[in-house]
Amino acid sequence: MNAPFEGIGASVRRKEDLRFISGGGHYTDDINRPGQLHAYFRRSDRPHAKIVSIDTAGAAACPGVVAVYTAADLAAIGGVPCGWQIHSKDGSPMAEPKHPVLAEGKVRHVGDPIAVVVAGTRQQAKDAAEKLDIVLEDLPSVSSVTDAVAPGAPRVHDDVAGNICYDWHIGDKEGVDAAFAKAAKVVSLDLLNNRLIPNAMEPRAAVGDFDPMSGEYTLYTTSQNPHVIRLLMGAFVLQIPEHKLRVVAPDVGGGFGSKIYHYAEEAMVTWAAGKLKRPVKWTAERSESFMSDAHGRDHASTAQMALDAEGKFLALRVSTLANMGGYLSTFAPAVPTYLYATLLAGVYTTPVIYCEVKAVFTNTVPVDAYRGAGRPEATYLLERLVDTICHDTGLDRVAIRRKNFIAPDAFPYQTPVALQYDSGNYIATLDAAMKAADWAGFPARRAAAKARGKLRGIGMSTYLEACGIAPSKLVGQLGARAGLYEVANVRVHPTGSVTVFTGTHSHGQGHETTFAQLVSDQLGIPVSQIDVVHGDTAKIPFGMGTYGSRSLAVGGSAMVKAMDKIIAKGKKIAAHLMEASVDDIEFKDGKFSVTGTDKSRTLGEIALTAYVPHNYPIETLEPGLDETAFYDPMNFTFPGGCHVCEVEVDQDTGITSVVNFVAVDDVGRVINPMIVEGQVQGGVAQGIGQALLENAAYDAEGQLLSGSFMDYTMPRADDLPNITVGTESTLCTHNPLGAKGCGEVGAIGSPPAVINAVIDALKDFGVRHLDMPASPQKLWAIIQSNRPRMAAE
Amino acid sequence: MPQVTLTVNGKSASVEVEARTLLVELLREKLALTGTHVGCDTSQCGACVVDVDGVSVKSCTMLAVQADGAKVTTIEGLAAADGTLHPMQEMFREHHALQCGFCTPGMVMSAIDLVKSHPEGLTEAEIRHGLEGNLCRCTGYHNIVKAIAAAWPLMHGKAMPAAAE
Repeated sequence: MNAPFEGIGASVRRKEDLRFISGGGHYTDDINRPGQLHAYFRRSDRPHAKIVSIDTAGAAACPGVVAVYTAADLAAIGGVPCGWQIHSKDGSPMAEPKHPVLAEGKVRHVGDPIAVVVAGTRQQAKDAAEKLDIVLEDLPSVSSVTDAVAPGAPRVHDDVAGNICYDWHIGDKEGVDAAFAKAAKVVSLDLLNNRLIPNAMEPRAAVGDFDPMSGEYTLYTTSQNPHVIRLLMGAFVLQIPEHKLRVVAPDVGGGFGSKIYHYAEEAMVTWAAGKLKRPVKWTAERSESFMSDAHGRDHASTAQMALDAEGKFLALRVSTLANMGGYLSTFAPAVPTYLYATLLAGVYTTPVIYCEVKAVFTNTVPVDAYRGAGRPEATYLLERLVDTICHDTGLDRVAIRRKNFIAPDAFPYQTPVALQYDSGNYIATLDAAMKAADWAGFPARRAAAKARGKLRGIGMSTYLEACGIAPSKLVGQLGARAGLYEVANVRVHPTGSVTVFTGTHSHGQGHETTFAQLVSDQLGIPVSQIDVVHGDTAKIPFGMGTYGSRSLAVGGSAMVKAMDKIIAKGKKIAAHLMEASVDDIEFKDGKFSVTGTDKSRTLGEIALTAYVPHNYPIETLEPGLDETAFYDPMNFTFPGGCHVCEVEVDQDTGITSVVNFVAVDDVGRVINPMIVEGQVQGGVAQGIGQALLENAAYDAEGQLLSGSFMDYTMPRADDLPNITVGTESTLCTHNPLGAKGCGEVGAIGSPPAVINAVIDALKDFGVRHLDMPASPQKLWAIIQSNRPRMAAE
Repeated sequence: MPQVTLTVNGKSASVEVEARTLLVELLREKLALTGTHVGCDTSQCGACVVDVDGVSVKSCTMLAVQADGAKVTTIEGLAAADGTLHPMQEMFREHHALQCGFCTPGMVMSAIDLVKSHPEGLTEAEIRHGLEGNLCRCTGYHNIVKAIAAAWPLMHGKAMPAAAE
């Protein structure tokens, strides 16, 4: 009998799929509690205004209304906390204005919640919210970072001068200045990284519940990290001790970062449930998601590279303005600093780097980590700069990259911006991607396209990212207010089946399958005998959740450590049963055997003995087979790779079609190739979306113009190509799995590959740079304005 | 309040609803069929697609009272009584056409209608065009397109015509 291989490296079909394809998923909005009430938030429709008065009488008198709350009712509770503190160049801590659960005195962005109505039904609450009489007095407002730092700009917070949250820097300013002074060539580029709206398909939702007998609160919420929410909301907002607060995040319908953060609505429904002694539910409408989910990106940067005469990079100088929005979201300060500027070496040997970053408050929705978080911004800047160098100097795009790559034998490699890369092979991923994309055959395809009247271009990006977030001691020194280890509890049941409790979460990544494969591989039992549990603080010892492509590299490593303990204990039990020395017991394929004999015991037999310890070394060993491990990573992990994009631009419409996309990534050890391929394809789709379609558009004052799927261009099936995915892996050297992470690589590597291809397609039109998204109207205008020139030539 | 009587997944149901109640609200809140999802408020995302009298419908865009007397099939009603999955469900699983699962019910319902209404076969471009009304944020659609192409022969009981491939 040959059981199908289910261990590390097998494309096992997902355990979670049966419920998802059958309508049996269990998402937060599917939860309804007995006696449940419904909350509806009345939000600001103005970017910046003084709250002159709120008259709740009309709303309170509406049918079904149980309560109406404003900030005045919340005086005893704290604001929404920020989890990361950055210090400015001068050593002063960042400006950290209060982020109230409901707006206090002023509203600071469209979508800022002002009041909440709680009623018997959602419709009653919504109807009543329209009867709230709220008088707002408009204040001057600002939405873009460049406007917000201009002299005389309106202040988002009265006590934050110049709207500067912090003015931070990293690297060697003098060294960079010296290198620029003797450079053969300097190439500069100004560029924007467009603001995005994450738009997980499941809108955020939260149900608060309270048991007056035990004093215990339960929050069901759409979260990527329920323990973090318990910590932030319990300790900082509502002052509920952890043993009286349970946070459950059931199936989560996508997150991409937007469901990491602690949001005001979670605190509001939990607090209201305690006040009213009844469950209170809130589910976002999509238009609320647009104006209350944390947005992503939104940088304005200037980048300059100093080069020698042969195109070797001598020094990089970067200056960035990063939009924080109206308040600081949970991890916002870390994104444009330690997740961005530390990545500016990329895959290149640039010896000196200096980057300064001003984080800026504006009258917009808070900005925080969105798939990639800082690393896409760094990658886009670098890879656009490299192609711009080639544009300005005539150097070859591939040759310049090869010339400046960190060599495969140069690891561990210390960058000038704090990170030490453990492994990688950028030549291997470049070669594999160029081959898969038939880079060499491109001129013929361009000529064929030209004959059809189309403009064809090809572009690449060679990139790396830092993920597997993160060593606690290091991030503590960098300002994190939490540790970033992960926790696993491996419970071997008496008959040998296994439940694994993990502190990470899944919002679509297939952890129930990948982690089961990992356990299957190490413990030698079938995947069908293993269940993975996540998302409930009452079941899981602790955990930091899922983000920063950390679940396998950090959470999986915690599992390995817990299983090591299981095996070590199992060996002692086996030694006792088989009257052998522990040193002579080996564990392989689910069996403990005595070396050099045919004596063995299965894991199931050992487990049964552990729980029925009749013949057991009870004097020296506790019964049971249940182990927990906390794993704190030694370093970040460094996935990287090469993405190649080929496009055709229609000259009459300006529409760009992605005709081929190849991603070859080094994600370290692959557990389930099918899932990895899906993760990369999904990330690339979001990257193509950023490059060609998506844009969170504000007017200059801060009115959100792209507030629905009718205005914000989500990638649809016919906007995207098939996405060819390959892996060329080197192993991570510092975690037991060798895993690096695959969740974000697609979104990090792809945007510059797309824009580099678009600019290549427009190379006869004198285009040096254009900002994302490369929308049809932008390209059409470029093509039209150049047509007379083209015709004359 | 109006009374709506309809057949959902082969079972008759009769419920009192506010006149403004949407079909999706009736399904989710009155009948506890939470497999049908709400992903937007502008009829763009397609997470709420169900079958009403043989036609795929965005159930957030139809009043419950409009479904009076109708036969409705939701994602929960696709599998056979013995649990055998519909070929489209099976192909979604086989080809990893879902990640978070939130768009999946609507995606599967739309895909079934797309395949049924194209007995002549479907090209990749036609499948992609046919998914215009359904948003997925996780997969990049690559594997959804593959799953639908793989379900076509199973649903029509013959190979996809060569011209369509």
